[in-house]
Amino acid sequence: MQKRAYFGLYIVIAVLAVLPLVVPNSFYLDLAIRMAINAVIVLGLNLLIGFAGQISLGHAGFLGIGAYASAVLPTHFGWHPLLAMGAGAAITGLLAAVLARPIFKLKGQYLAMATLGLGIIINIAIRNEAAWTGGPDGMPVPAMGLMGFELTSDKHWYWVVALMLSVSVWASINLIDSPFGRALRALHGSEVASQVVGVDVVRYKVAIFVMSAVFASLMGSITAHYVGFVTPNLADFFHSIELVTMVVIGGMASVYGSLIGAVLLTALPQALATFEGWETVAFGAILMVCMIFMPKGLVPTLAAKFGKGD
Amino acid sequence: MALLDVNKLSIHFGGVKAVQEVSFSIDAGIVYAVIGPNGAGKTTLFNLITGVYKPTSGEIRLDGESIGGKSPNELATRGVARTFQNLQICMNMSAIENVMVGAHLRLDRNLLKAALRLPTLTRRDAEMRVEAAELMRFVGLEKYIEARADSMSYGALKRLEIARALAMKPRLIFLDEPAAGLNPKETIEVDDLIRKMADSGITVVLVEHDMKMVMNLSDRILVLDYGKKLAEGTGEEVRRNPDVIAAYLGAHA
Amino acid sequence: MLAQFLQFLFSGATVGATYALAALGFTLIYNASNVINFAQGEFIMLGGMLAVFFAQSGLPLPAALVLAILIPAIVGIVVEKLAIEPVKGAETVTLIIITIGASLVIRGLTAVFLGKGTHSLPAFSGDTPIEILGATLMPQSLWVLGVTAVVVVVLWYFFNRTLTGKAMLATSYNSLAAELVGINTSKVLFMSFAMSAALGAVGGILVTPITLTSYDVGIMLGLKGFVAAVVGGLGNGLGAVVGGLLVGILESFGAGYLSSAYKDAIPFVLILLILFFMPRGLFGARVTDRV
Repeated sequence: MQKRAYFGLYIVIAVLAVLPLVVPNSFYLDLAIRMAINAVIVLGLNLLIGFAGQISLGHAGFLGIGAYASAVLPTHFGWHPLLAMGAGAAITGLLAAVLARPIFKLKGQYLAMATLGLGIIINIAIRNEAAWTGGPDGMPVPAMGLMGFELTSDKHWYWVVALMLSVSVWASINLIDSPFGRALRALHGSEVASQVVGVDVVRYKVAIFVMSAVFASLMGSITAHYVGFVTPNLADFFHSIELVTMVVIGGMASVYGSLIGAVLLTALPQALATFEGWETVAFGAILMVCMIFMPKGLVPTLAAKFGKGD
Repeated sequence: MALLDVNKLSIHFGGVKAVQEVSFSIDAGIVYAVIGPNGAGKTTLFNLITGVYKPTSGEIRLDGESIGGKSPNELATRGVARTFQNLQICMNMSAIENVMVGAHLRLDRNLLKAALRLPTLTRRDAEMRVEAAELMRFVGLEKYIEARADSMSYGALKRLEIARALAMKPRLIFLDEPAAGLNPKETIEVDDLIRKMADSGITVVLVEHDMKMVMNLSDRILVLDYGKKLAEGTGEEVRRNPDVIAAYLGAHA
Repeated sequence: MLAQFLQFLFSGATVGATYALAALGFTLIYNASNVINFAQGEFIMLGGMLAVFFAQSGLPLPAALVLAILIPAIVGIVVEKLAIEPVKGAETVTLIIITIGASLVIRGLTAVFLGKGTHSLPAFSGDTPIEILGATLMPQSLWVLGVTAVVVVVLWYFFNRTLTGKAMLATSYNSLAAELVGINTSKVLFMSFAMSAALGAVGGILVTPITLTSYDVGIMLGLKGFVAAVVGGLGNGLGAVVGGLLVGILESFGAGYLSSAYKDAIPFVLILLILFFMPRGLFGARVTDRV
């Protein structure tokens, strides 16, 4: 399993290395950067949803905390962007950890409700605290800099997120095939069986929830600095759904499915922009058709078709 | 002192008294069987002792320490293992990974070390994979070492559960109907397997309907009926007990 | 003091009645299929928007209203036949995404054909407020509360006194057993979609004279309906009604006494608190997993 999994990692790294040389213009480079950012978030979310089997409909809220920490703390308090990013991740981690204990006593639909509620509350807070956040209009974000070097060009950003993505894929593959990862998958397969062999299921659910929330927060900060502007839409319910859809369309419990899902769903709105006025209808219809014909998602469905295991 | 001491254990679900004031004790190293008609409360008793249900009243002691109401994962740290009547196999994992999950508490569960693939962790994990393969051979699943769990037959999955439980290196193992649904040949194999487990020093408690198997294997037998203890003793004592004869022949003849 | 309290109570109960209808819709579909229908809010929107459209196109109000209930019911059946039935037994997340896809399609089509404007409907019995102890109650609120009460009674009768209703109830308890005794569970499934879409549409029509409507009001209404269904304990009809009223009234009091800016957050804070202390809602059954 390891060898084949790493083979995929090498392909990812090769594609990431070659991509900037072949993209025709900055529009596609921008698209590639946003795909990579989403891919990192979706990798984390897939560990929670696909591998551990725990749904979250509120991850955009965590992303929003990271993004707004990176916007608010440097703007209003003069914090260094890296410090602000760390603070955003810490706040997110703390919030996720405190709330996760009671949340993960819940299952299925109740868990969906609780995470959805949490995300919406965060979004409403961002919209309402206009003195700090600029309200519904959003606010500009100062540039990210490190030791006198300012990250401004898309090329630089590309290498930063490409590195992050490669490391995330590597770490995800490692994690899945470890005692920790097996415990996660086992509590998805049979919660009671994992308990009787000694897995403290609530602890594991909390750990992976916090980890995926922190990932989302960090990538929220990256998004904020890269785009240079944040709006509450980053943290809204629909964005949470988009992230979950990336997980499911690519394939639950599939590392490479996460990447494919992120790539496809980031590109889709661009592709649909030509349908003037019909984008929403087309987007909804594509979601439905994908799920009806490939309920397990692209990568697992194709893998099964060509007779390979994951 | 007995390894396991159960004293006046009861659980009620709403108005249903599934287990009522049941007391017994199990010495280390023996094979102990729990029998009784369907609905007698055998599986519920297992669920109580292994922490899946919390008792309404009564006491459970393991090595003198009270364990009533402790969660299953806490009991796992004390060397209590079990299998399930309705299979609880993780179908999203391979067969050997199911066995390796059994060794959860014996491995390094650190998240960060795992993500960074530290050699200390992976070396131990690789050793565990070898050990898990051996366990699969021990329970007669050598054919399935490379298999996916969802490609295995019912009889094979029953034994996979036993292998997973053994990977915990338990002191005390609860087997809930290990022979149910198996063909006669498989039943004999499981019979042998339980004897091998007992010989290796593990205390075995089993629920089973196959009377031949129970009488063959068990040092002592507990008979439950309608959630109450009907009799307890050696196979011979139980077989001659008039209450047991009445319950079995009266209700089932 | 009292007048203000009553005022908040009236407006809360009115909105709460709409949530209750939405929550009943969630409950019906959940019981028949274990699906959380995230398109439920779109049926509410569709009811209001279609009523406006037909009324403006010159149809007499009663005919406009009937069509505005009938069409969402048909849409509900179409969604069930095309999108839910083919994936019976899929994972929760998959089903959630399918219903969200359906909601996007309904919302998108409404925007394309009925426009993105905000619309209103004339109140059914005029706009002369009724005064009660210093608080004012709009006649339309009485319509909302009255119709909701009638719907609840009719549903109660349907589920407890008619064979079809009992068959639907039986399916929700154990669909395999229901099938074995000869109940057509696939008919139950599409009936529950039709009924729940119609319920949503009724709610949407009734509140439009009070709260206005546009193509995008369905999201929040649907989510709050979901909150109401969970507050009462998912799958419990009475719980859904109580949950809806409770959510509406608390939202109204919260907006009035605490912070109107955080009005929309109140249902979600409420549901988190309830779930933390009562993981299965107020009236949810305690279940023991059998292993």
